[in-house]
Amino acid sequence: MRGFIQIVRRDLHLALRQGMDSLMVVAFFVIAVVLFPFGVGPEPNTLARIAPGVIWVAALLSSMLSLERLFQTDFEDGSLELLALQPVALEITVMAKVSVHWLTTGLPLIIAAPLLAVLMNLPIEGFVPLIIALSLGTPALSLIGAIGAALILGSRRGGILLSLLVLPLYIPVLIFGVSAVDAVIGGFSAKPQLLILSGILVAALPLCPWAGAAAVRQGIE
Amino acid sequence: MFHRFANPTRFLRFAAVVQPWIAGLTVLLISAGLYFGLFDSPADYQQGATVRIMYVHVPSAWMALFCYTSLAIACGVALIWKHPLADLAAKATAPIGAGFTFLALVTGSLWGKPMWGAWWVWDARLTSMLVLLFLYLGYMALNNAFDDPARGAKSSSILALVGFVNVPIIKFSVNWWNTLHQPASVVKMGGPSIHASMLTPLLLMGVGFTTYYLWVMLIRIRYEVTNNKIRALQRRQAATGESQI
Repeated sequence: MRGFIQIVRRDLHLALRQGMDSLMVVAFFVIAVVLFPFGVGPEPNTLARIAPGVIWVAALLSSMLSLERLFQTDFEDGSLELLALQPVALEITVMAKVSVHWLTTGLPLIIAAPLLAVLMNLPIEGFVPLIIALSLGTPALSLIGAIGAALILGSRRGGILLSLLVLPLYIPVLIFGVSAVDAVIGGFSAKPQLLILSGILVAALPLCPWAGAAAVRQGIE
Repeated sequence: MFHRFANPTRFLRFAAVVQPWIAGLTVLLISAGLYFGLFDSPADYQQGATVRIMYVHVPSAWMALFCYTSLAIACGVALIWKHPLADLAAKATAPIGAGFTFLALVTGSLWGKPMWGAWWVWDARLTSMLVLLFLYLGYMALNNAFDDPARGAKSSSILALVGFVNVPIIKFSVNWWNTLHQPASVVKMGGPSIHASMLTPLLLMGVGFTTYYLWVMLIRIRYEVTNNKIRALQRRQAATGESQI
């Protein structure tokens, strides 16, 4: 546990010193969503209809954009090998890195989401399920994405490859995240969708660090 | 049996004997299936002759799933026992599986146009097949993305296993998504439950496609083994400083 906290603290320090990264992700998120009214027209009803989907897809893409750096910078300067050599299970290290990724991208996205929901004219009752669904979904995105980020270590054309690997695996989270918001707007309970999202998160929590650590081991071999 | 073929030379000898038989069987089964399918089976009373697309479409869809399962098993074997042939089998399987998935999607699209009036509908089955195609493409892209082939094989094996765990979840979520949005119009093919005259060509084609897969896989594994040998020879020559190959 101490090792976990130390890695989290180190990575948070690094992320905060560089500063801009987290901000860039949020900026991308906002701009991606703002493009949609230009694309489909500013009619409020249309925007309200597509709002949950647009916000979720934009959140997915911005979470993916920052994945490439999850292990890449540490891999390049060699500190990933040192992290793997320390007497802490590599799974814990991966879990710590995923936590920092979520703190620096997932959390800012959740904070920015209500603002975008206002811009997209989302009905007021959809706000709470959107926030809950994003809070359950974005950690799962970070966890699943960590496998992809570890797999591409040392490959050619990593970034574009990462999207091909990770986006198909994101589909379940997207489906249930959007349908939770849609259900509440349609007058139903969002409970089943949110329970399934929690299920995905609970399943990803042990499995993804395990697979991610296996992939990191291949990378630094 | 399993460890016998860890020796590539032994496997190559075995493959050279088996391959012509599998090839003959494939030609026989597929031509019989095509004959029964095209000439000796009744046209559907609603769909007419378009129903004959089924004899290619349904076996391709079976094979798409079968190949992914084989791919995942081969990857698991390669990761756990480091069986050298399993890596090659997985690498050989992926393009074949992707081809079958693509074939299933294209024939489905050709069948959908006259039947449903659209080339593509966002039906749960179609969507999950499309995702399967992306998983195949991701596997192949990752396998080729490294300068060291062994590293590519290992990384893509992990990806294939992660994808295998995810396939049921994706399938389930896509079903949910579709039934939530269009509950009344889940597309169903009309017509009678399948009759023996239609089942015969379908099964013939199904088995024929499977032997075809084995046939192409053997060719591709032999190619890979030869390729590895050539690369090893080249490396040795480069090391000793000789110039001719």
